Order: sequence, then C-alpha cells, then structure tokens
Amino acid sequence: MKVEDVVCPFCGCLCDDLVVEVDQNRVIGVENGCTLANEKFMGDRRLENPIRKEGRSWSDITYDAAIREAADILIDADRPLLYGWSGTHGEAQSVGVHLAELLGAVIDNTSTVCHGPSIMAIQEVGHPGCTLGQVKNRADVIVYWGANPIDAHPRHMSRYTTYADGFFVKEAFKERKVIVVDVRKTESSAVADEFIKVERGGDYAILSALRAIVRGKRDLIPPKIAGVTREQLFRVADICMQAKFGAIFFGLGLTMSPGKNKNVRNAIELTEELNRHTKFTISPMRGHWNVYGSNEVFTWITGYPYAVDFARGIAFYNPGETTSVDILRRGECDACLVVASDPGAHFPRACAEHLARIPTIQIDPHVNATTHLATLQIPVAVTGIDAEGTAYRMDGVPIRTRKLFDGTYPSDLEILSKIYARVKEAKGS
Amino acid sequence: MTGLWVKNAYVIDPISGIMGEIMDIAIRDGKIVEEVNDGAPVIDAGGCLTLPGGIDSHSHVCGTKVNFGRYMSPEDMRAGRTARKGVMHVTSGYSVPTTFGNSYRYSSMGYTTVLEGAMAPLEARHTHEEFTATPHQDMLANTLFDGNWSIMEAVRDKDVKRAAAVVAWTLAAVKGFAIKLTNPGGTEAWGWGEDVHSIHDEVPHFGVTPAEIIATMIQANELLNLPHSVHIHCNNLGVPGNYQTTLDTIGLAPDLNRERQSLYLTHVQFHSYGGSTWQDICSKSEEIARAVNARPQVAIDMGQIMFGRTTTMTADGPMEWKLYMLHRNKWSNHDVELETGSGIIPVYYGRKSLVNCVMWAIGLELALLTKNPWQCMLATDNPNGAPFVKYPEIIALLMSSRFRENERNVIDPRTEHFVPLFAIDRELDWYDIAVMTRAAQAKALGITRIGKGYLAPGAEADIAIYPLKPDELDPAVDYQQVMAGFAKTAYTIKRGRVVARDGEVVVEGANSTIWSRADVPPEYDLNQDAEFVKKFEQYYTVRMRNYPVQDVYLPRGLSIRTEASL
Repeated sequence: MKVEDVVCPFCGCLCDDLVVEVDQNRVIGVENGCTLANEKFMGDRRLENPIRKEGRSWSDITYDAAIREAADILIDADRPLLYGWSGTHGEAQSVGVHLAELLGAVIDNTSTVCHGPSIMAIQEVGHPGCTLGQVKNRADVIVYWGANPIDAHPRHMSRYTTYADGFFVKEAFKERKVIVVDVRKTESSAVADEFIKVERGGDYAILSALRAIVRGKRDLIPPKIAGVTREQLFRVADICMQAKFGAIFFGLGLTMSPGKNKNVRNAIELTEELNRHTKFTISPMRGHWNVYGSNEVFTWITGYPYAVDFARGIAFYNPGETTSVDILRRGECDACLVVASDPGAHFPRACAEHLARIPTIQIDPHVNATTHLATLQIPVAVTGIDAEGTAYRMDGVPIRTRKLFDGTYPSDLEILSKIYARVKEAKGS
Repeated sequence: MTGLWVKNAYVIDPISGIMGEIMDIAIRDGKIVEEVNDGAPVIDAGGCLTLPGGIDSHSHVCGTKVNFGRYMSPEDMRAGRTARKGVMHVTSGYSVPTTFGNSYRYSSMGYTTVLEGAMAPLEARHTHEEFTATPHQDMLANTLFDGNWSIMEAVRDKDVKRAAAVVAWTLAAVKGFAIKLTNPGGTEAWGWGEDVHSIHDEVPHFGVTPAEIIATMIQANELLNLPHSVHIHCNNLGVPGNYQTTLDTIGLAPDLNRERQSLYLTHVQFHSYGGSTWQDICSKSEEIARAVNARPQVAIDMGQIMFGRTTTMTADGPMEWKLYMLHRNKWSNHDVELETGSGIIPVYYGRKSLVNCVMWAIGLELALLTKNPWQCMLATDNPNGAPFVKYPEIIALLMSSRFRENERNVIDPRTEHFVPLFAIDRELDWYDIAVMTRAAQAKALGITRIGKGYLAPGAEADIAIYPLKPDELDPAVDYQQVMAGFAKTAYTIKRGRVVARDGEVVVEGANSTIWSRADVPPEYDLNQDAEFVKKFEQYYTVRMRNYPVQDVYLPRGLSIRTEASL
C-alpha cells in the first residue's frame, strides 16, 4: 500500500510530500525523501521490548513493570531531570511538562545543546522571521550562515530556497543569489554565488562589519577582517541591500562557535538594519523534526521555551543554571528521564558520566549511545511511522504527522500518560 | 447531571430585557431551565450582581504570535507567576500569560467565552492546541483573510461568489469562526517591506485596493450567512490623522443584516487620531462616535489602553515595524505565506507621555460618546492596549466621572487640550456595563443562537456572580469597590458547573471550540476546483491534504452550520 503526503519525522524541514510504501507493519519504499528520510523509514530497527540493567547485563521486563519502575524512580528522586522531547509529538511533550510540574522537576529539550543561544538572543532583540513559503515565493537573496543544508537539511534548498520556484520567482535557480558563510568549504558553499570563508571565531566581527557597511560606514572597515577582504564584504552588503527580499538561515556554526548568543544577536540586528533598506528575514535551521514543537509546547504551558525548573513550585528559567548540561555537570540531578533524544551521543563527557551514575530511564524506539548509560529503556512507536501527533516545522508551521500502520508498540503519549497517572496517584493529587 | 439553583440573584440580562431584578435561576444539564427540584444544591447570591458569563469579542490569547510573545519575553513571564495549587496548573506571565494563566484569570473575572482576534489559517492547528489548554472558556477564532491571494484574485475579478467560496473552504479547513481583515492589503504589501496608506491605495502586484477587499468581503460574509460580520482592523493603525481612514471604512459598510451589524471595527481607539505628527496628535473620538451613532450597521470595540507595561502583537506587521522604530526595544515579525503577517513588540504606556494620555482618553470617549451601548464593546485588544485584567478599572472609569477627574491630576497636564474627555459627564450604569461586556458581544458575534449571552430558559448556564450589591453602591463614588468586585467573582458558573469561587478555579475545565461551517453548492466546493488545487500545491509549502485541521484538535468542537445563498 502506498501512502501519499507523508510527513518526514527527521529534520526541521518537516517535508510533507513523501510517498511511502507499506507492507503490513513495515516500510518497504520511500519516494521524494532525502537520504536521511530513507534511512529513518527504511533503517528502522527497534528495540523489541523494555529492558532493565542488572549489574552488567540487561534483562527483559514487561511494559507494566517498566512503567512502574520508571515512576518509582522519579517519585523517589529529589532533583529529577526530564530531558529530550524533540523527537516526539507535541501531545507527548505536553504530558511531559505536566509530569515535570507534578514532580517539581527540571524539564529541558535539545535546544539546550543546539539553538538555545538563538533563543537567548531572540529574548534580547526579537526575531524578524517568516514562514518558508514567503522565502520560496519572494526571496531573491538567500544567505546560509554556519549551516550546511545539503548535508544536514538535504531538501531545504529544493523545497524552500535556492531551487524552489515561487510566485514572484519563476526561475529560482537563475534569479536567486546564494551567499554562504562558513569556516570551511562545504557542499553548500560549492553552489554559492558568494562564499565568505571566515576564520574560526570570526563570525561576530564579520557581522559587525556588515552592519557598519549597511549603516553607510564603509570607511571604518579595515582591509581584512577574520580572513575576509573588505571588497568581498562590500560586495555582499550591496547584494543584500539591493535585494527585493532577502532571507538569512543560520545554523550551529553561529550558535555554538565563540560568541554564541551574541553572534546570533548580531545577525538579528544585521537583519533589522537591512529592513531599513529592503525586506529581510532571519531563521534558525532547527535540527530535530519537532524541536521547535518542544519550544512551543513548553512555552504555552510554562512561559519558557526550554530549561524550566519547577523545584520551587513556580516555573523558573535561567539558562546556564537550569539547563541540562549545567545541572548534570554539577552532579546535581539524582534521576533522569530521557525521551526521544540521545544525550549519550551529544552531551559532554562529564554529563554522560553523571547520567551513568544515576538512575537514567530512556523512552526511545532504538538502541543508541544513551542506552549504554541507562538503567531502563522502554521502546515506543516512532512518531510519523506507527504513531501520529503534532509537529512544528522550523518556521513554526504546525503539521500533523501520519501513522502509516498499526504497530505493536505503545506511543510516547501512552507510556508517559501511564507514568503520569502513577506519579499523580503517589503524590495524592 | 444534577440541577442547581442560584437564588436571590440581582439579575441584569439585557437580551432578555431584565434590568435588575431579584430572581432565582434554575440550571439543569448545563442549561438554564424553568425550574429544578427542591433537592438541588443552592447557591445563595445574596442580592449580588448576577450577569450572563462575560464574553470577550476581541482578545489575543492563543496561537503563533501570542506564544511568540511569551517565548521572546522571559521578563514578562517572571512578572506574573503562580505555583500549582489544587486543580490549578503553574502559571507565568503578566501581559502574555500562559494558556492556563489566561484561562484562570478570565474565569476569576467571570468570563466564559473568548474570541481570539487573529488566527493565520496556515497556523490554525497551533491556535486550536492552545484553545484546548485554555480550558475554562469556550473559544472562537477570527480567521485572517487580509492578504489572502485567492481572495485578492477573486476581488480583482469582481467575483464575490468566488470570494465566498474561498472563505467557506478556509473556515471549514481551519475550523475558524469569522472573517478577520487586519490592515487589508497592507500585510501583503509588507511581504515587500511596504504598506498601504489609504483604503484606495493599490496592493502591489494584485491590482486591488483595501476598499475593494473590504466591500467584497462584507458581501461574501452575508452570502454565506455567517453568524458574525466581517471583523476589521482598519488600515493605518496608530498613525496620526488616521481617523479619516476609519471614517472612510465605516462609509463602506452597507446595512445587510437585520440581526446584527454588517461590519465590526475593532480596537477603534487606535484608529481615532487627528493631527499629522506625534506633536499634534489629538482625539477624533467625536467624529468617529458621530459616524457610529448614525449607522446601526456598524459596531465597534474600544481598544482601550491603560498605563503600564504590556506587549503589542498583531497581524499588522508593518504597524509593528513603525512602532519599533519609535520604541527601539525589541522586534519580532512573522509573515505567513499567501495569507497574512504579524509582529510583536513590548511597550510601556506612560502617564507622562502626552501621546499615551491622548490614547487613554480616546478609548474612554468612544464608550461615553457612543449612544447605544450595543454598538460599543469593552475591550483592550488584549494585550495590545492593556492586559484584560485591567477591565475592572476601565469599568470603574466609565461609571465614575469623579474617578476620571482624579486621573486627570496624575496624567500629562496638556492632555485636556487635545481631548474632549473631561467635558463629558456621562456615567455608565450597571445595565450599560452588562451590555458592553457580554450581551452586545453575544449579539455582535451571532452566538445567541447557541445560547450565549443571556439567562433565559434554554440558554447555556454561563453565569457570573459578582460580590457587588447594586442597591447599596453608588458606582460614581464607590468606584474602588466596583473595580474590586469586577476583578473577582464570588462564583463563576460555566455550563452549569461552578468553575471559580472568590478568584480561585475549583475544577478542571472542559471548554468548547465554536466554528462556522457554511455549506456551499458543489460548484463552489474548492476541493473540486482544479485551478485552486493547482495553485495551492504550487505556492504553499504544505500539501493541501495536510492543511486542514483534523477533528482531533477540537475535542469538544461545536460548529454553527449555515446554508450559503450562492
């Protein structure tokens, strides 16, 4: 059976035009997907049942026993951390936030190690953005800064930017100029009209120089900044100012290099500056397919997009203090629930070591690096394959993922709801 | 469900013609009935003011831009936070509270129905998710059509029926309630960093004017027999001298509907400015009120501003940019493909700012100069003019000229040269307030047909009992008590259940989402229209099949069905 208009649960592009062929409860073919999508649908090898670590070996346990144990660990903890959330649907995230509220826990999502600095910058200066269709239909200048979409978001250029024909841009490939800023040549820089190769750590200076040029202060610019010539910066500023509609997309090359949130702030302020001349927007290239959804859900329930601490009853937010990496590095938390992400692969070593010391529960369909740190793992259905729910694209557009077949695994929502019910009963509220 | 008596209530129910009588109200199965058995539980209202549940006909509480207002403003989240307590979840936020924060605060004030002022169709699913997390109010969504490409093409082709078909398809797809036009044409122009400056400016690339869009949509709305009228945020919001644009817009409204207005103009305070610069801005409330008084086919809401900190948020992207150029605080913008835009900036309205004082006066003047309270509703365009928790203070200002005089002493002393407020001695009474906070809204939105806004048998049992005894109070003098009384009900009853008592929510909510569904003949069904489908797939970035909001997002959806006259 072929299912059309399938939503891909891999990256923040959330492409919704895949055609997936299903044979009973197995995907056997994917059309329109990128290589990442193909692997997500076709290379889906699951953990078969809940497992529990005893000493140095694993044993199988039932779902009921696993749920009971997970709830008991959380109830017993003084400072539990509920981390992850970006790889599951909004309805499950919502139960997660209410679980954290009930436990007085810290809840955090993967923004903490990706676009957390972007959020901090936005909280300082705001965010002039737009939906991806605005870019597709209007933009004549595209800037990728510290991002390599051809590898990380393979269809971003063909669906939304460089190669996407739109209402006002009939022949995108000919009519659009593409600027790439990065510290090294990439597949994406190879297709750029202008490649600004910046020295490592030089982004802030380049952004400041561009702001000065846009402000009309060309005479202040030295001949070379962070490895980039003044002439190239003048050229790029002219392209941007002459654009009818320009769109900047930035990635972890900006958020996780020296300067972090201040880099992003500078990029946003450059965008604001360009709006005095023409139309310009800026957008983060969000990684996980529903990391933006976790920010949205956290925000409407707690007021904050990530790193929310309920220990004092109210919702408290202070990145650097209530962020997972900081809590783990300080050895502060005494139990961790990991849902739909892999901190074992992405967190600093000291944090991973602490996860291995404390009871760590993982709710995830697959064996991954975190499995090796965990004491308990509960496999679940994969949202977008055998579970459905809401996801928010990198530009904030909400799309409902499809369930392609009825599988045998419970969804994140079912597991979390059962843990929540048990905790609620134990807390007598 | 068991019955409930509310006894000894001082009832004002304008729709039923009850002007302040001590009465008993019987409730069964969520509805008001003639009587219930004697064994039913009794709430003794003790002669307190008892009104139909409050209805806010224009407020921004749920959806993409509201949530972005929270996301970008941890300083606002810190400014209002409460811990989990009983059935109440944690809340954060002062001007843009979290969804539960909005819901609890509205409920404490006796509000049981709220219309979200602006929903971008492409992002409707988000609005509905937040509606579900705003559990104590029935919710409705104004749906944005101001920059809709299919609408502008129909307007250009002078095809009203086509425009109606687009509206019908969209409202059904996104579970929207009514047509909203925010700076019509201007949000599309903003896609290029431009704006329109009068109702006769042409929208770039589309060859239509705001006036043509507005006139067409008013006609389309009536062809579909929708419950509400077109709901408009006029062009040129916040611009000195904009009252002329507002008068021009009022002039476009024909009288097409016997039951309600044909055009609803929202937050009119922001659209009633004379002068030509920030130096000579002045009130034109008298001109606007005169136009409203002369035309029963229009209704307005105040868009009152109150002094203090708040967050502005609107689909009017170009306006937010202009406001940012004045305030230079922080600025967010979010344009939505083929449909609309939006912007957000935090602001502070100060008593020492002459411009802010003039704005404050204008809102009050509109309410005091509009003769018929059914034509002017109380609202702040929450949170743009002020957070809705300021409503009780606005009520007190309208009921007491002494309160207004006291305020005169603490605002910019030049204000009185630019506004007529202090020459107006009208004081609104309890009946006027009952009209302006629920009855007029129910009528204007066309939701009396589903039992909203009144207390006669058959109505929904949405009731607010305020700790105010009209017989013992003189609002002109006791305005502090009036303010305190409207801030916290003794009881808020929603669909027959007590949901809030003395400012605290006591049960889990179970709201409904109300949407409009106009049935059109098959030849106007755009799902079958090859041209529409082709353009959709070409220019949107979401597949047409993935666009409609699934039923699962409206766990207690309630559609008002109409038969289109096409």
